[in-house]
Order: sequence, then structure tokens, then C-alpha cells
Amino acid sequence: MSLLHSLTQRDRVFDFMAPQASPVDVRHGPILYMEDVTVSFDGFKAINNLNLTINDGELRCIIGPNGAGKTTMMDIITGKTRPNSGSVWFGSRHNLLHMNEPDIASLGIGRKFQKPTVFEALSVFENLELAMAADKRIFPTLTARMTGEIKDRIDEVLETIGLTALRHQPAGILSHGQKQWLEIGMLLMQRPRLLLVDEPVAGMTEQEMERTAELLTGLAGKQSVVVVEHDMGFVRSIARQVTVLHQGSVLAEGTMDQVSNDPKVIEVYLGADDEEAA
Amino acid sequence: MSLTTESSTNFWLTRPFSERSTQIFLGVLIAALALVTLLHVAVPADNPLHIGAYTVNLFGKYLSYALLAVAVDLVWGYLGILSLGHGAFFAIGGYAMGMYLMRQIGDRGTYGNPVLPDFMVFLNWDSLPWFWHGFDMAWFAFAMVLLAPGLLALVFGFLAFRSRVTGVYLSIITQALTFALMLAFFRNEMGFGGNNGLTDFREIVGFDLRSDATRLGLFLATGVALALGFILCRAIVTSKLGRVSVATRDAEARTRFLGYRVERFQLFVFVVSAMLAGLAGALYVPQVGIINPSEFSPIFSIEIVLWVALGGRATLYGAVIGAILVNYAKTIFTGVMPDAWLFALGAMFVLVTVFLPKGVAGLFRYFKRRKRDDTATSDPNADPNSTPKEASA
Amino acid sequence: MRRFLSLGLLCLMLLSITVTAQAQTNSTASSTDDTAALELLEALDVESYTAKSEAITAILQSDDERARDWLQALLDGRLQRTEDGRFVLVLENRGRDWPVADVLTGEALGEMSRRDLERVGINNNLRNQLRSAIAVVDLYSPNVERRRTSAERLLGEVDSDLVQPINELIEQEEDDQVRYRLTQAVAIYRAEAGEMEGVEALDGSLHPRSRVALSRAANGDDPVVANAAAASLAGIEQQLKINRGLETLYFGLSLGSVLVLAAIGLAITFGVMGVINMAHGELMMLGAYTTWAMQQLLPGQPGLALILSIPAGFMVAALAGVAIERGVIQFLKGRPLETLLATFGISLILQQLVRTVISPLNRTVITPEWMSGSLVVNDALSLTLNRMYVLGFALVVFAGLMLIMRRTRLGLEVRAVTQNRAMARSMGIRATRVDIMTFALGSGVAGLAGVALSQLTNVGPNLGQNYIIDSFMVVVFGGVGNLWGTLVAGLSLGVINQVLEPWAGAVLAKIIVLVFIILFIQKRPRGLFPQKGRAAEG
Repeated sequence: MSLLHSLTQRDRVFDFMAPQASPVDVRHGPILYMEDVTVSFDGFKAINNLNLTINDGELRCIIGPNGAGKTTMMDIITGKTRPNSGSVWFGSRHNLLHMNEPDIASLGIGRKFQKPTVFEALSVFENLELAMAADKRIFPTLTARMTGEIKDRIDEVLETIGLTALRHQPAGILSHGQKQWLEIGMLLMQRPRLLLVDEPVAGMTEQEMERTAELLTGLAGKQSVVVVEHDMGFVRSIARQVTVLHQGSVLAEGTMDQVSNDPKVIEVYLGADDEEAA
Repeated sequence: MSLTTESSTNFWLTRPFSERSTQIFLGVLIAALALVTLLHVAVPADNPLHIGAYTVNLFGKYLSYALLAVAVDLVWGYLGILSLGHGAFFAIGGYAMGMYLMRQIGDRGTYGNPVLPDFMVFLNWDSLPWFWHGFDMAWFAFAMVLLAPGLLALVFGFLAFRSRVTGVYLSIITQALTFALMLAFFRNEMGFGGNNGLTDFREIVGFDLRSDATRLGLFLATGVALALGFILCRAIVTSKLGRVSVATRDAEARTRFLGYRVERFQLFVFVVSAMLAGLAGALYVPQVGIINPSEFSPIFSIEIVLWVALGGRATLYGAVIGAILVNYAKTIFTGVMPDAWLFALGAMFVLVTVFLPKGVAGLFRYFKRRKRDDTATSDPNADPNSTPKEASA
Repeated sequence: MRRFLSLGLLCLMLLSITVTAQAQTNSTASSTDDTAALELLEALDVESYTAKSEAITAILQSDDERARDWLQALLDGRLQRTEDGRFVLVLENRGRDWPVADVLTGEALGEMSRRDLERVGINNNLRNQLRSAIAVVDLYSPNVERRRTSAERLLGEVDSDLVQPINELIEQEEDDQVRYRLTQAVAIYRAEAGEMEGVEALDGSLHPRSRVALSRAANGDDPVVANAAAASLAGIEQQLKINRGLETLYFGLSLGSVLVLAAIGLAITFGVMGVINMAHGELMMLGAYTTWAMQQLLPGQPGLALILSIPAGFMVAALAGVAIERGVIQFLKGRPLETLLATFGISLILQQLVRTVISPLNRTVITPEWMSGSLVVNDALSLTLNRMYVLGFALVVFAGLMLIMRRTRLGLEVRAVTQNRAMARSMGIRATRVDIMTFALGSGVAGLAGVALSQLTNVGPNLGQNYIIDSFMVVVFGGVGNLWGTLVAGLSLGVINQVLEPWAGAVLAKIIVLVFIILFIQKRPRGLFPQKGRAAEG
């Protein structure tokens, strides 16, 4: 039955018949809009009536204790996990719940995973090449040529992430911090409208952390960036708007100072530890 | 594999020719074909250097196996899909060729029926089944050699990749696929000669299959097919599509997040590989003179994987080396001590996977690297393990 | 289990009674009235078949205890006459010289050339007469088992002369089964003669002969009788359909139990370690060969050997499994596809080892008496005992594994490792030890499967190979890491296979099942009972 169904859905079989993906429409408000989203795994509610709005060009930090639902939230936005209820809109035109992972990616939502996953067997250059926004259908990919324009674009990103010297090295030999940057570089190659960055500084040295903070703040304005992070010092150094998640829903929202003075937040999360971290 | 990424702005199909490894491979292959031809034709039969028709035939068989191994390496080495059913595509290509050769027999069969092959007369069939029509025409049959396995791979792969069946699950169901086909082809009612398969071939496009010249011709044709198949595969793996395949192999979910429809890439490479396997089967059948359901047996399909593993996966030339080595060993063993062959084959499986995970090609690279390290030259495209230098800044 | 055992014992007892009873009839040759007996026999040796027929009737009415043996000998062509006119019984008519015995005394007379003997000839009419005559004679036997057999043989053999004596016998008969058969035999005669009474009596009888009688009655002249017969035939067809369904179900469950046995060990190793053990089938083969070896060690006691094979087969396969795990698999951690290839190599080696060391030919494993035979439910349904034992055995093994997984420390650790290896390790579970134990357990269960299989199929080097793909299908179909899934998948695949077989043929049925699973996996890549939640996402 479902086979028949997918065959009769013409836009799935013939790419060229699919309506052109229209650019994200942010004239009427935010770039990402999540409303009343709920997900449960075997009865456990990982996300519970979550409401979240991200404006165009904003740099937003999301914090929250373990199990607050941060990763699951990213899974929902990127189409990896389907919520049991609620709605998720990208701009005012695209309902993300009706799209699959590649579609969402090509729409301009890039995600950096918690654990850096780069293609270790490919070189840094090739990693960026694959990530580049391009015609990603089979035959264009097979016959793709390396033009000067593409090379310039890759060089530019290599410069941004500071890996120019390592361009021909296999990604497998990069240090942890370098892999994180390469991932961010790969996201940049996609020219995304919205960047989801999951714990970018976990396991980084002090200098690497500073470098990352520069990188992310430099991106904001051009792209909307959502950063999920544990490290309070890092969050304080980059955050303009902070959202606190707790047990799958939003506990508080505001500037870092507002949030860290919120008694609810202090109770569940920040508390005495924050003083040390700060 | 990063060799040509930046430099090559040329046409994707001709890209392999600028690669050192492809140049060496083609050089060796052409030299081998020329040498065998020379020793067969120009050296008199009583000279110890003479290569007889039987041996030429044997080499031809090895070459068709080598092409099959290249096809398997394409999906296993570069896409990470361990197909335990490639024997099925090989056999289907072989059956397509076998059906053509059966129709070429004409009225020279035992029963002298101008249309029906002997086994159909024997089964008291009075007309040709629908799927046998057209196989009297060479162009149709040769097209089927590629299309039939390609179609099967397309349908099977479409279903499998769409549901993201990968890893060991995919291996198991490919094995089930070839097993089911074996059972099916054993049935007389299928119309493919049942247990005995198709045999007693006479001629191919007008040439007598029993003549030495035809055998040499088939050997050379197989060599050319291997060269072309190799170039095609190299062109694929050095293209951006090849890099997407490797990315899929190593991190499928990540590749999907980059916006590639992974299942379509998998399907494309799988179908190409199946067609190459079918071509290998079609070249194999006229050289061995028979095709029967045993080519569908799961054991044969796993054996192909061993050739690739022994030669070294994800190199393509390793697959060729592996196929020739194992089959040469098989010829020797089954001649001298047949009982020991399965022991040797089994031991090879264990030893290669445990001690030689990169295969013979891995050994080559290892020695090459040692030599290079001794002379202390640095190559920006070297293997990950060899250059730990400025990486950790 | 106990019920099956006592049932087996019962069969054994009955069998021994029959044997002794036969021995008695053979040895007690009373010498009274030998002259009269000789006269009776002399009357047989005449040209005219009519006269012979009369002579047979005379023998029947003679009340001589040996009458049955004579008639049986006459029917078998073993009643012969020497040149000097003595009647002898040919004990064995093979070769040139035949051992003979005196018909009257039963005394062995040594061998005689077959040329010196002349058979007392009979024709087809006489043969029929003799058969029913012998049947009737047996009905007087004190041995209830013999009466049952002869009553059964009478079905469809009753003629007008026999109705009266049989009815008398029914009055006297104490055994329900004999009485039932005799009544049925008479009813068949009556129904065929077009009598309503017979048709009514046959209503609901599932015996094929009853159906023949009813269908003849249904074609009879009397419309009332014919209609009644047709109606009860339709009812019987319905009954038969149900019985055939039950039989298919039984065969399906039996096949399914074999699949479950073969797959469940695989489900453990695959589910826990993610290891594809292609040598699993060969571990089953080792279990089967252990049974064979046990029977060689204990000649004449196949039952005891079989029971001892259960622990022995488990141990042999488990040790082999540990050797495989330590020798190969531990070096291939995290590389499931390579593990698959390496274990396939091991399977080839094990197969060839058995071919070289033992024999490439199949070995015979004897089925103990208490496992042979079948449980007769009714005339249309009888269930073979060996399959029933295997079904029971599979369920016992399954229950045992469930207990181990749910109730023991090992089970807890195994489940922990299955869900999250790194976490389990950090909690102090020695994953290596768990791996070894799991692999030993899974392999041991394969050995048990082999012991059970030795009772159903040929024990040969290819035994394992025949089951490996099916086992994988069961595991994948059921959902990896779920024993219930394996049970349900195995039993349902077995039943599906058997249901398909009648109209598709064995091979096509198997193909259909394979294709079905291939398609099913596309639909539900994680099987019938997938693991849920975050753990399964990765």
C-alpha cells in the first residue's frame, strides 16, 4: 500500500516536477517557530509543550541541565525525530514536520552535532566541498567539476575556520577542536539561514574556546545561530539572548543576567555552581 | 583518493587516466593480455613457454571473476554495503547470455527443434515462454545482460535503501535474495533449464565456441571489459559522487544532514555495480560453457567478498588481485588435493579478516610507505596514519 | 512432558504384549486331533477353486487353534506340499533352499530345495475370502491389540455372510475401540447396500472407507438415502477440513519449533554482541554429531544416549563457541561485517573437518522407541511423536533461556551490555566475560538444536548450512535482541510455510516466505518487535 502511495506521489518520484523550494519567508516574523511540541519515548516526555521562537539573525544560547531535552529539540528541528504533537515552522512558509532530513538541510538549516562527525577518510578540503550548497542530485554530483569559484569559496571558509594549512590532510587526524571548527566550516559552506550548534566547546582548551567564541559571534547577523552549551563561562561570553530548558519545556528566557537572577533557574540549574563557573 | 580533487577540472570519465594507480593498472593489464596472446599465437605448441587454449580459457575465467570483484568492491569498499548477493547479478547476466547462446544452437540440438531448446522439448513444452523471446537477437540479449541485473538491483535497492536497511541487515537480506533465486532457478517450471541449467552452446555471434581463436577472442574481450569496468569505477570513485559514497560509508546520517539523498546515491552505485556483475557473468558463461543455479548459491557470493577482502577493499585494483589469486589457488588446490581446498578457503577467510584487514593492497601501501619514510619525503596526500605532523596545532 | 513420557511407556508396554502374544501362538502347537486337521488341509489341495473355498470355510468352522496360521500361510503362499505329500510351512522363501517347518507340529524341518515343494494355489476370489476370514478369526483372539487391527481391517470387507457373526461379536466385545470399528464395518456394508440405517451410523465418521461407502450411498437409487448420505458427506468434508487445518498447524508449529531452536541461539549472540555468527549452523551440526557419537558409545540404548546427548551436545557446542569467540571474534570487535566473513570461514573449516574425520555421508541417528510412532487423535488426524517431543523441547529451551535472561545475574549483565556497552562497562560489568558467557550460551543452544534436529533430519556435514539462512530470517523478522520476537517469528514462519506448501509446493513456498521477509524488512527494518526509544535510534 505504502509503496503504491509513494509511487503515486509524483513529486517524490520526479524531482523536476516538485515545486521549487521557495526561499524562507521571514517578512512576517521569526525564522524558527515551535509551538506546543511534545515528544515521548516509551512514555517518558523528553519534550513537553515546548514553545520557542528564534528571530532572523539572532544568536541564541540554550542552556539546561542534562535531560532537559536540548538534543531532542534539535532532532525535531532537523527532522530526525518526529514529535507526537505540536507544530514547527521555518519562516512562515515551511512546515518542518512535513519534510525529511535532506529537504530540511537543503532549506537552510545546518546542524553541528555534539560529537564532531566529520568524514575522516576525506581531506579537510573535500569535507568542505561535500558540504557546499550545490545541486546535490546524483548526476550533477557525478559530473561536478572543480571551478575556480568553488575553490575560492572553500578557501574563504578555510580561512575563517583557520584550517588553511591543513587543507589536504585527512579529517581523521585533526585535533578535537579542529574537528569542531571543520564542522562549523561545513555548516558555513551550506550557506544556512539557521545554524544549530550543539555543545561547540566541550573538551576544548582555553584558546580553542576563545577562537570558537569569535567564530560564532562573527557569524551572527548573517545567519541565525542557536547554540546549546553547558559551559556557563562560554555562554556568558557570547550570549545576547538565553533560553533555559527544563524537563522538556522553557523555564526562562532573557539576557544572561536576567536569567541567572531568576529564582526558578537558580533552583533547578545554576545555583551555587554558577558562581564558581563565572 | 584526494589525488585529483582540486586539480581536475576535466571530464569525469577521463579523470582516472591522470591517476598514477590507474595508469599502472591499465599498463599491467594490457601487457598481460598482449603477453598471453603472444605466447598463445606466436610460440609453437611444443615450446614450454606456449600457453594452450585451455589455459587461455582459464585466464579468461579469472578475468571475468576479477570484473565481478571490482563490482563488489565498488559497493563494499566505497559505499560500505556488504552485498552477499552479488552472485545473483552475475548469474542473471550469465543466464541472459546463456539464453542467447541456447537460441544460437538452433536445430543442431539433440532433438533438432529449431526454436525450442533441448530441455524444453524434454519437458514436453510446445512453445517458447514469453521471456525467452528476443534472445535470438544478439543486441537484445546483450542489452539484457546489463538491464536484467540492473532492474533487479533497482527494485531491490529501491526497497532496501528507502527503508534505510543497511549494515548486517542488508547483508542478510541480500543473501536471502540470492538464496531465493537459487531455489527458484532450480525449478524446471521457471523455464531456465532447472537443475542442469543451460549448456551445450555452439556459437556466439557466428563464431564457433570450441575453436581456439574464439576462446582467445573471448579472453581478450573479457580483458577489455575489465579495463573499461575498472575505468568506470575509478571515474565514479574519483568524482564528487565517489566522495559522497565514502562519506555515506563512514557517516551516513551526517551525509544526509548535508542534504544528500543518501538512498539515491546508494541505489545508483548499487545498480551500476549489479550491471557490471551481470556483464562479468555474461563473459564468464561462454568461456565455461555452462550456467546453472549453483552460481546463485550464497557460498559463491561470500567467496567473491573474500577475493575483495584478500586483495584489499576500497582500492579496486586490490579486488582484481584478490580474485585472480584466490581462483588461481583454487585451481591448484582442487587439482592437487581437493579435500584441502575448503580448509584453505576457510582459513583464508579467518586469516585475512583478523591479520590482513587491508588485504594485499594494504601490504603494498605499507611497504611503499616504509620506503618513503626512509627517504623522508613528505606527500600531502598520504595515508592518515603516516602523517601525524603539524596536525595537532 | 511427563504425559508424553507416560504415553511413550504405554506404547512400549502394548508393543511388548503383542510380541509375546505372537510368540505364544507360534509355539503352542497342540497335537490333538492331528488327523482331523490333516483332513482339513487335504481338502485344500484340489483343482476346483469352489472346492477350495468350501475347504477354507470348513477350516474356519473347525475351531482348530492353528487355523489362523494355516489360512495366513495359504494367503501368503507359504503353505506348500512336499513330494511325499506332507504339508509344510515355508519360513523364508528366499534363495534356492527354503527353511521349512511342519504345519501341524510347528517343528523345524531344515531346508528343502524349492523345486521339491509345490504351493497350494489360490486365486483372487479366494484371497479376498481368506483376508476377511482371517480378519474374523482374529476377532476371537484374546489379544485386544490383534482384535483392534483385525476389526480395522474389516472396514469395507464385510459381506452378507459376515454381518450376522460380527453383530454377535459386537454383543460380546468388551473393548470400546473394537466395538466401534465393528459397528462401523457393518455400517459401511449397510450404507453400500443402500440402507438408511448404515448411512445414519456413518454420520461423522472420518475414516476414508466410510466416505467411500457414503459416496456410493449418495449415488444410490433411493433418493432419501442418497440425500442423507450426501448431507453427512458434506458434514464429514467440513470435519476433514478442520482436521487438515489442524494437521497443517501441527506441522507448521513443528517446523516453527525447529526454526526457533535454530534461531534462538543466534538471536542471543546477534542481539547482545551484534555479532553475525555464520558458523552457528555448524555448531548445530556439532550437536547433532554429538548425538550420533553418544549412540555409538552406548549401542542398544538409543534413548539413554539421546537424553545424555542433551547436556553433552550443549557442552560440545558451547566449548566450540568459546573457542571461536576467543580465537577470532574478540579480535574483530566493532567490525560486524568482518566477523561475518571470519565466522563463515570457520563454518567451512568445520564442515570439511566433519567430512574428513567422520564421513561425507549422512550418519543415521536412531530414534528411540518412545519417540517413534504417533498419537492418533481420530481417523483423519494423527500426530507424530518425535515432532511433538521436539516442539516440547523447543518450548522448554525457550523457557529456560527466558529464565536465564530474566532471573540470573548473567541475564541482567547481558541485558545491560545489550543496551549500552560503554555504560555497562563503566558500572563494573566485565563486558569481555559477558561476551564469552553469552557466546557460550548461544552456541550451547545451537548444540541443543542439533540434538533435536538429529531426530528429524539426516545428520550430515551440510546440516547446519541448510538452516543458517532460515535462522537469520527468523531473527531479523522477530526483531533483534528480543527472544519473544524470535519465538513468534519462528513459529509463524513455520506455519506460513506449511500453509503455503499444499498449493505452492515446498520450494515455491520457501521462496514466497523469503520474499515476504525481504519485503517485510523494508517495511519494518527492526522486525516485529523492535527495541524502542533512544537506544534504538543510533
